[in-house]
Amino acid sequence: MFSLFKQIGVMLLICMPLMAQAAEPQPYKEDQASSAVATSELYELSQQLIDAGYREKQALVETLVEINDPQTLKFLQVMVNGDLYYRKDDRVIVINEDDAITIFFTGESITLENKRDIKKISVNNKLRTLLRGGIARLQIFSNNLELRKQAATNLLKSADDLDEATLQLAVEKEKNADVQEILSLVQGIRWLEADDEKQRLAGVELLSGSLYPDVRGALANYVRAAEADERSTEVAAAKKALDKIEAMLTANAVVENLYFGLALGAVLLLAAIGLAITFGVMGVINMAHGEMIMLGAYTTYMVQQLMPEHMGVSLVVSIPAAFLISGLVGIAIERGVIRHLYGRPLETLLATFGISLILQQAVRSIFGPLNRDVGTPDWMAGTFMINPALELTYNRLYIIIFSLLVLAVLALILKRTLFGLQMRAVTMNRPMASSMGIRTGWVDALTFGLGSGIAGIAGVALSQLTNVGPNMGQAYIIDSFMVVVFGGVGNLWGTLVGAMSLGVMNKLLEPWAGAVVAKILMLVFIILFIQKRPRGLFALKGRAADMG
Amino acid sequence: MKKISLKTLVKASQIIGMTAIAAGVSIANAEDDTIKVGVLHSLSGTMAISETTLKDTVLMMIEEQNKKGGLLGKQLEPVVVDPASNWPLFAEKTRELLAKEDVDVIFGCWTSVSRKSVLPVIEELNGLMFYPVQYEGEESSYNVFYTGAAPNQQAIPAVDYLMNDLEVERWVLAGTDYVYPRTTNKILESYLKSKGVDEKDIMINYTPFGHSDWQTIVSDVKKFGGEGKKTAVVSTINGDANVPFYKELANQGINAEDIPVVAFSVGEEELSGFDTKPLVGHLAAWNYFQSAESEENDAFIEQWHAFTKDENRVTNDPMEATYIGFEMWTKAVEKAGTTDVDKVEAAMIGIEVPNLTGGTAVMNENHHLSKPVLIGEIQEDGQFEIVWATDAEVKGDAWTDFLPESKNLISDWTSPVNCGNYNTVTKSCGGAVAGE
Repeated sequence: MFSLFKQIGVMLLICMPLMAQAAEPQPYKEDQASSAVATSELYELSQQLIDAGYREKQALVETLVEINDPQTLKFLQVMVNGDLYYRKDDRVIVINEDDAITIFFTGESITLENKRDIKKISVNNKLRTLLRGGIARLQIFSNNLELRKQAATNLLKSADDLDEATLQLAVEKEKNADVQEILSLVQGIRWLEADDEKQRLAGVELLSGSLYPDVRGALANYVRAAEADERSTEVAAAKKALDKIEAMLTANAVVENLYFGLALGAVLLLAAIGLAITFGVMGVINMAHGEMIMLGAYTTYMVQQLMPEHMGVSLVVSIPAAFLISGLVGIAIERGVIRHLYGRPLETLLATFGISLILQQAVRSIFGPLNRDVGTPDWMAGTFMINPALELTYNRLYIIIFSLLVLAVLALILKRTLFGLQMRAVTMNRPMASSMGIRTGWVDALTFGLGSGIAGIAGVALSQLTNVGPNMGQAYIIDSFMVVVFGGVGNLWGTLVGAMSLGVMNKLLEPWAGAVVAKILMLVFIILFIQKRPRGLFALKGRAADMG
Repeated sequence: MKKISLKTLVKASQIIGMTAIAAGVSIANAEDDTIKVGVLHSLSGTMAISETTLKDTVLMMIEEQNKKGGLLGKQLEPVVVDPASNWPLFAEKTRELLAKEDVDVIFGCWTSVSRKSVLPVIEELNGLMFYPVQYEGEESSYNVFYTGAAPNQQAIPAVDYLMNDLEVERWVLAGTDYVYPRTTNKILESYLKSKGVDEKDIMINYTPFGHSDWQTIVSDVKKFGGEGKKTAVVSTINGDANVPFYKELANQGINAEDIPVVAFSVGEEELSGFDTKPLVGHLAAWNYFQSAESEENDAFIEQWHAFTKDENRVTNDPMEATYIGFEMWTKAVEKAGTTDVDKVEAAMIGIEVPNLTGGTAVMNENHHLSKPVLIGEIQEDGQFEIVWATDAEVKGDAWTDFLPESKNLISDWTSPVNCGNYNTVTKSCGGAVAGE
């Protein structure tokens, strides 16, 4: 008896959010009147969901998405996000959004004594696919363009979810050309399964030339089905459409590969610019260069810990912070160790290798051996879509731009500032510079600090791409030397060209040689290249070269 | 002159050697009131990220056991060494543990190459080791108990799940380039073909350790998956290379509903402190998940949090394997009444210990466990939601049935076979005989 009251109460309470939801146009407006019934249906189903196993849930969700109820959409959305819970003792369905608990059917917020009082109504991949299909069906008439586009794209995966008439209505009502195109593709996919051959061929015609992966998949499946039934005209038509798509994909793949190559080149460039100064300009074989990158990445982590609310800002703040910290450590290393070893490359190599081990272990002792998670701001995630088959990932795009920016600033410092002038003077002719009143010792220290600081900046960028752990520097030290030697020691321009050409070359080799062999081939190539041109791509000429 | 000095040298070394042995004996006598437990996990280098946790687990178990009054009336004494992710060093440290420290048992190793490096030493000195990590199988040593999963306890059930429940028809086998992924993928490839999967529908890809640039591979997977047939990635990618791999997947917009990734080396530990929102729905196959609901598991998690003094530390499958191995060893020692390796080995077989996931783990005659197999989906909080489990415990198979060279091999360390690689057709033992 009591539960009946509760149910009636629940039903009355729903009416309020119902009004709020009414703004969203529903495809099946005609039977809004029956919503009270539908809600109890939704309520019933939600209760059944609590105890169901995954297979039963699948059947339940299939009925759930059919329920014509203003709250269905919200229910589906909450469920697909994994925020749908129930209270264990009275089986009330609640929403758990970042630990803010509200009762689903009333919207009332509650506080929990114990986190374990509620239990999740879990979803798996199959259910999520079903739920997304259902959401797409309900949102195809939404006023929000983004939502409509998302819904249309989801429909590509499950074209059967919408009946022909509603789909036709959606295509006709759609004002945005992009969404309309996607919707007509959905129609095309549906037509492929039509009983009438003409309609099937019309479907092929509609799909021809589209780059959406789902379209390609649908066509491939269609070819297989048509081949099995020996419908030769259709096979020919579909194969022609597929060939057209393949050709376009191949062209896109070339561009994409080039982009991947530039992105890898940008990473190599960032890692190597600092070394281009310490090794290239000063001639110090600095094995601790990778650890400077690592320090920069840990600085990013620390800064992010200080301001967890402002992910994007913290990344910007990290750049000068990492430069300072890595730079200062660099200066300390130069003053403490390397200064005493100038002119003794072997000893420098061993000493800096020792320093790199000390730094690694120090970081491991302070932060622990586990990798640290450096958050990625939202604007770094996702892709920049040129067409459905060619999407450029934002994080790589920013890193390409960033690496060029760092290079440009460094070139400015070297060419346009007094410090840059002194630095170049000391490199070219130390005794002469010294007798001109330049404190060569300090210039050495600052130069090394600059190189290390830039390595620190590289660490900020790399923290967005890869793991931040005590060993991360090791992965970049060989690559950095490779780039600097290949590009030409002591030449920034050479470092840029070297990094980019190695990056692109690696990515061109990778598709047919595999990642492991591609790397080996690169090393072999560089060894052979150095045999031919020992001074790299852009060798310095004149006196500086003789001193090098 | 030279000859004499050489002779003296030999003599001197003999004397030193003898004193050393004598000293060793006296040490052993002096410390007879403790049982020494060797812990052979990397605490530095690349594998430190995974192995440090296992060292802590063993230490926790020892502390717990000592609170209960120790074993055979003696206290347990941990001997921790650091093989530093350096594979040859694993052999040296094993020798140090067995010959110098005279430990009664070793808990250790993670990667297969480290285990392979330990094997000859532990067999020569007749030590006892518990290996707690899922591995490629094709091995069974008298001196090692394998408490992690064999391929038929992880890889094969996972593929079955994908094939039957998710109707996957196209397969990407991606792995790190070393012995475990290569062997596992060989087994899987032959298994898939035996199930009628076409050569064209299998793509195999290897990457170096610590690979960080996944752009091309992820884009290839995307293309491979865009041909209409449901596609899944079976990942044996090891260590922290997984993080950039999953990041790239998310960045290129591949979600679990389109192309699910099932991983054999990604657990709670690997996901901790990592934004798992874009990964929701990707899968992992293990014998244990922290989210498993059982009293034993709740107690274990609580104990772990208390030991590490950190509420956020997660537990994972190799930890459970360490737990089971340790519990089994203590039971076997109590049963045998001694820590003598041969007697404990005999006592180990048939020992039962409760799983943390509910149910019971049994040690079989092939030194592998019977355990349940679970499939979990990654959740937003970095935990796994168990979406599938085998009906009963699966018995670990040391030699897979899906490779021609090991099809006829079995391992049985009880009489009358007493052999780690017994050929059931030729009725002969291929080496690694017991009691050497």
